[in-house]
Amino acid sequence: MSPAVGFQDATAIAGIAQTAFSKHLEPTEAELACTVIVDACADAGIDPSEINALCSYTMEATEEVDIVRNIGCGEITFFSQVGYGGGAGCGVVGQAAMAVATGQAEVAVAWRSRKRGSGPRPWTSTSVQLRVPGAWTRPFGMLRPVDEIAMLTRRYMHEYGATRDHLANVAMAVRKHANMNPAAIMHDKPMSREDYMASRWVSEPLCLFDNCLETDGALACVIVSAERARDLRHPPVYVHAFAQGLPPEHQTMVNFFNDDPLTGPAWACARRLWANSAFGPEDVNVAQIYDAFSPLILLSLEGYGFCKRGEAGPMTENGNLEWEKGSLPVNTAGGGLSEAYVHGFNLINEGVRQMRGTSTAQVDGAETCLVTSGEGVPTSALLLRR
Amino acid sequence: MASGRSDATTDADALLAQLRAFEGRPSGPPAEARDEVNQAMIRHWVDAMGDDNPVYVDEESARANGFPGVVAPPTMLQAWIMRGYLSQPDGAWKAQRDASGEASAQEQLFDALNAAGFTSVVATNCDQEYVRPIVLGDRLTVTSVIDSVSPEKHTGLGDGHFVTTRLEFTDQHGERVATMRFRILRFRPQSSRPKDVALRPRPAITHDIAFFFEGARNGTLLIQRCAQCGVLRHPPRPACASCGSFEWDTVTASGRGTVYSFVVVHHPQVAAFDYPLPIAVVELEEGTRLVGDLIGIDPADVEIGMPVVAEMVAVDDELTIPMFRPAVPVGAGRVGAVTGDA
Repeated sequence: MSPAVGFQDATAIAGIAQTAFSKHLEPTEAELACTVIVDACADAGIDPSEINALCSYTMEATEEVDIVRNIGCGEITFFSQVGYGGGAGCGVVGQAAMAVATGQAEVAVAWRSRKRGSGPRPWTSTSVQLRVPGAWTRPFGMLRPVDEIAMLTRRYMHEYGATRDHLANVAMAVRKHANMNPAAIMHDKPMSREDYMASRWVSEPLCLFDNCLETDGALACVIVSAERARDLRHPPVYVHAFAQGLPPEHQTMVNFFNDDPLTGPAWACARRLWANSAFGPEDVNVAQIYDAFSPLILLSLEGYGFCKRGEAGPMTENGNLEWEKGSLPVNTAGGGLSEAYVHGFNLINEGVRQMRGTSTAQVDGAETCLVTSGEGVPTSALLLRR
Repeated sequence: MASGRSDATTDADALLAQLRAFEGRPSGPPAEARDEVNQAMIRHWVDAMGDDNPVYVDEESARANGFPGVVAPPTMLQAWIMRGYLSQPDGAWKAQRDASGEASAQEQLFDALNAAGFTSVVATNCDQEYVRPIVLGDRLTVTSVIDSVSPEKHTGLGDGHFVTTRLEFTDQHGERVATMRFRILRFRPQSSRPKDVALRPRPAITHDIAFFFEGARNGTLLIQRCAQCGVLRHPPRPACASCGSFEWDTVTASGRGTVYSFVVVHHPQVAAFDYPLPIAVVELEEGTRLVGDLIGIDPADVEIGMPVVAEMVAVDDELTIPMFRPAVPVGAGRVGAVTGDA
């Protein structure tokens, strides 16, 4: 595999913004989306009328036409949506960056706005007609993403001897970072190992604190050419490499049926990402890893090559994932588990802050940051550098 | 709680042994047809059924089709023997006392089921095997035997035992002309469950997957197979990733497999399910994997690698799905220890 043509470091993230994160925000998802895009433009020092590319998730409720009509964009010449929920985020930013790198647009915005905190839990109604793949899980009572990931986790623990202590290490590291971040929902709530072990089962082997938050919130970022970024307000955060991955025989969230369910989309995505990059996993100083559930961090650490297969459990030991002494601090703003769950977009913005040097858990001298989207679904990843 | 479960298991085993002692015994005395096979009753039957096949009413057509004469519709088999309920003042089963006046085996069996709380009944299925066509003038006799009693099963109606009765039909020469197996479910009515019970999610049935749920309804676990290269696949899909063929058929799985992974769902709970809910990914001995609920086991006893067997469970009137039960009873050796803890 050779690197993507003309992409490496050709673009940069020049502006970021986020709303407050809360269990309940008053404005609509559309209003939150417009607000956060305008704020991201302000952060970059670019007027919204310059936006000519808009990228988001297929699950995003506010359409491009509504963004354009509300915030006064000019003519939009590139727009795309990326599927598969939590797998989309880095793909959204990556496709925006491709549009700028190839000259389809000059100012691209990627965003996600979601009221998952105050809205209904999507799985609670058992009377809605299922899409076809649901036939193999939902009638049996596997109604929720947590049940699906718990199924993979049990197998993972069985094959490699990983334990609940390893999952606790992940949840506690991420919580520690949230405790340092005033914007995080769990900022004021420390969590001990005892707290973790005492929390109720949700879907064994996963307990409450293996699950992400349910959050209202919105985030956006602005992508321009590297050249233009160098003239803007913040130091450029280069989009060094980007990849998406959807492996053969994969089934979204229920990857139980193929030969090797524990090597999910992260593995395919990583192969392309590292091929596109001048770096390898050993050069990554800090990582933002999609964490709708704590075990996804274990699976992703292996998929992106930070350790060998089956070794992610031990890799969580001795504070290895924690600021500031750990060899690979992860989710330094608190991630989906403890900052906010907005389909992983908060991981992208935190990656940008780490490269700007403005994180509340700033990794000293960090030059590179990996950001990943959801494992267990067709996914994507970004490698950012300063 | 744990010791209660163990007691319940012991009680169920004792009851099953009691019920199985009836297997092979005549249900009651033989019954003779009151009338010979006749055209008048056949006419009423085919009129009621809307069956216009001439071999049931016209001698010439019957002979032209290779029959010795007018034949009775095969499924009329039981009609030649059945008596109206009201013609038996003491009720259908009371009438079947033997010469000594002792209750029939069937009556005793049903008394035992009633005493154990399996007071409701529903007919589930009926199989008929025909040895020769039944023709005008035949005079039938039926002898019935209690063929089998199932272990306690979990069904959408409630927990219960399937009772299969085998009926042998013979003619005026004592030759067998047909055999019928008639299965009923004797079950414990579910008084605690509300009438408008929440249903499990309905699968979206498409052409590609309909066979699986139809198979389940018929008591079989089916696996899709590529008709060209023979690769088995689950979940089903229209095309084979190995050879590209769109042609496929199915094979019937043995139902034997092992637990590949499992979860126990606790919280939050939705109305259609009972919690804690153990669900497994089972690897079938044919090689494919599928998701199924685990039944007949305490969630704490489930282990990866555990051998299980499939059982098709009607979770409601519309939906039958595979569930899995331990192939070897689990926890029997733990009774003492568990009771000691309690």
